[in-house]
Amino acid sequence: MNKIVVPTVDEADQEGPLYEAHKKVYPQAVSGTFRSIKWKLMAICLGIYYLLPFVRWNRGLGAPNQAVLVDLPNSRFYFFFIELWPQEVYYFTGLLIVAALTLFLMNAIGGRIWCGYLCPQTVWTDLFYAVERLVEGDRRTRMKKDAADITLQRFFEITAKHSIWLMIAWWTGGAWVLYFNDAPTLVGQLLTFKAPMIAYIWIAILTCTTYILAGFMREQVCVYMCPWPRIQAALTDEWALNVTYKYDRGEKRTSLKKARDLRALGEPVGDCIDCYQCVAVCPTGIDIRDGAQLACIQCGLCIDACDTVMTKIGMPTRLIGYDNDINIQRRQVGKPEIYRLIRPRTIAYTALIAGVGAVMLYALLTRTLLDINVLHDRNPVAVRLSDGSIRNGYTLRLLNKRGFDRTVAIDVDGVSNPTLHVVGIDSITQDRPAIVLGRDQTTELRVLVTAAADETQKSVPLKFRITDIGLGEVASATDNFVMP
Amino acid sequence: MTEHKDIDAVSGTATTGHAWDGIKELNTPLPRWWVLTFYATIIWAIGYWVVYPAWPLISGYTAGVFNYSTRADVAVELGNLEKIRGAKMVSLGAAPLAEIEKDPALLALARARGKVVFGDNCAPCHGSGGAGAKGYPNLNDDEWLWGGSLDQIMQTIEFGVRSGHAKGHEGNMLAFGKDGILKRDEIATVANYVRSLSGLPPRKDADLAAGQKIFAENCASCHGDLGKGNIDMGAPNLTDKIWLYGSDEATVIETITNGRAGVMPAWGGRLDPATIKAITVYVHSLGGGR
Repeated sequence: MNKIVVPTVDEADQEGPLYEAHKKVYPQAVSGTFRSIKWKLMAICLGIYYLLPFVRWNRGLGAPNQAVLVDLPNSRFYFFFIELWPQEVYYFTGLLIVAALTLFLMNAIGGRIWCGYLCPQTVWTDLFYAVERLVEGDRRTRMKKDAADITLQRFFEITAKHSIWLMIAWWTGGAWVLYFNDAPTLVGQLLTFKAPMIAYIWIAILTCTTYILAGFMREQVCVYMCPWPRIQAALTDEWALNVTYKYDRGEKRTSLKKARDLRALGEPVGDCIDCYQCVAVCPTGIDIRDGAQLACIQCGLCIDACDTVMTKIGMPTRLIGYDNDINIQRRQVGKPEIYRLIRPRTIAYTALIAGVGAVMLYALLTRTLLDINVLHDRNPVAVRLSDGSIRNGYTLRLLNKRGFDRTVAIDVDGVSNPTLHVVGIDSITQDRPAIVLGRDQTTELRVLVTAAADETQKSVPLKFRITDIGLGEVASATDNFVMP
Repeated sequence: MTEHKDIDAVSGTATTGHAWDGIKELNTPLPRWWVLTFYATIIWAIGYWVVYPAWPLISGYTAGVFNYSTRADVAVELGNLEKIRGAKMVSLGAAPLAEIEKDPALLALARARGKVVFGDNCAPCHGSGGAGAKGYPNLNDDEWLWGGSLDQIMQTIEFGVRSGHAKGHEGNMLAFGKDGILKRDEIATVANYVRSLSGLPPRKDADLAAGQKIFAENCASCHGDLGKGNIDMGAPNLTDKIWLYGSDEATVIETITNGRAGVMPAWGGRLDPATIKAITVYVHSLGGGR
């Protein structure tokens, strides 16, 4: 198998210093397949982010009816039909594992799809660029204006651009806080300046970060701040489709006119006419013809730019396209192109995603809605009563995750003839205390278990069981009954 | 910046012009933002000296123009806390003792408040969980020297035992040996009889009938004919399995010889009535309450 040619250390040195002074990038407008994919994905991503808090979900009386809500004061997380308690945060761990694996799979198939199309930094920067282009004009106009002196009209232009940016940034922060409180209520409070201070603080923080990251730092974030390019680059293998300049078609590059002349003489000339359109449209300001590189977010805009030019000069399109070096080298020796999307790596990632997803789904479907925790008294661990019997104290925490009150009976097994006493509660039936658990909350009980002294044993396993009298649901927890 | 523009050939960076044994120092100044931040911290520090207490003096410290004091802050915070809790504690103070345990909210408040105050005031003798120690009753069990009802527990906490308070419990275990009421062998005999009352094995040669006779003449007036005790005098029940000072023969003989007079302080003057109620409910709910 052909290996990808890795530049030697000396060559790598020539790529540039570790940090370069910032050069402002002026990406040119472009249209084409990938641009339109990016517009659509941007609309979907921003649409979800800005509108999701307003989606309603009926959970019955007294429960929040917001589809996605992080209810911090009550320690509940609502996601459509799912309601998670603080002790179930491991579902988020599962979600993060699936997200990471999905990122791996995306990489194995098409390189840094995340970077180019879905990353918030890309989406918002793209949006900010669109605003800039709308207000100040395209690449050449902007470069000219930046170089010229500031006139009154220019001043208004700059003010308009920053105002729109700030509005977008402000609404980005505004949408964020809506996930933490009932959205319509909070919007009303925000408009009348009655919202809690923390909401304004978070809006301010996210307004600043959005404005700075998407308006000013832009590609700097991808190149210097973000760890993903490093990680994703390491995950890409020789079969992954990456935005690639097909040098087998492009070299040697020269101007259109010269190329015609040389071709007429029978000299070898490539399709690339050195028009620099791929560089002009690049949001990170790189030259894709230098090969795969860290700063390339693989958004595919250079493909659109190149295709436009190739169509104009009557050459086949996709001189730049999603491809890999293996195919370039195969074409050079006359072998047919091969694409392997289904290979051990992608199969493994898919299987892992399916596996983790199945485990999460199983856990979610079988999660308990009635639960019990036991804490044994430590001081004293056991008490001898006047008749010589032994009593142990426990703190029980009972969880009712259902949206209605219910009555549970408490039983205890393990010692012979135990007597159960719940402090502060008169048993409904003798020896089988019944407790009403409030809807969607925990109840703490102090329970005393008394049994005859058994001198032969120091400690006996004890099992507490609660039974929902109405639904028959059972939950249990074990502890020990200790002799003094 | 510098007059002499000596450029280092290898790095392409200007040097400071200093040379030591042919080694030159590159001129790589700190970034401006870093230097400015550093100056800002110095200015901040000076401002801090002026505004906040900063310098220790021989007898005191510079108070700063704000007169800031963490101690005063704590006092304010505690005051606010009392305000927040005030209403709840008032309702606790107003509720009859018997009602508190039936109201889950009041019970939770009383237990929480009681636990904290118990830890501060009672735990040194009774243990943090009320498990007691030799001479200090276990509050988790069901034996009560002075009664285990809510009212009786509150009476004991408020006025104490042998505390010197007019309403405190009084009642002394006489020093039968020290005061010459009983002889040594009589004490040993009655001790074996007393131990047998709660089912403990007496000595083989012990004369239980003689012991019973001594008991009837000397002990029964307080502990009862059957040794069942008397809570009016704080006389313990001798037939149960709970022994405040220990059940082995030597300890029982010591108790009879020298008497016992443990003191429980009166808390009435030190803790407010609502807090005493809270401790009462807490102790009652530990498990021994009647």
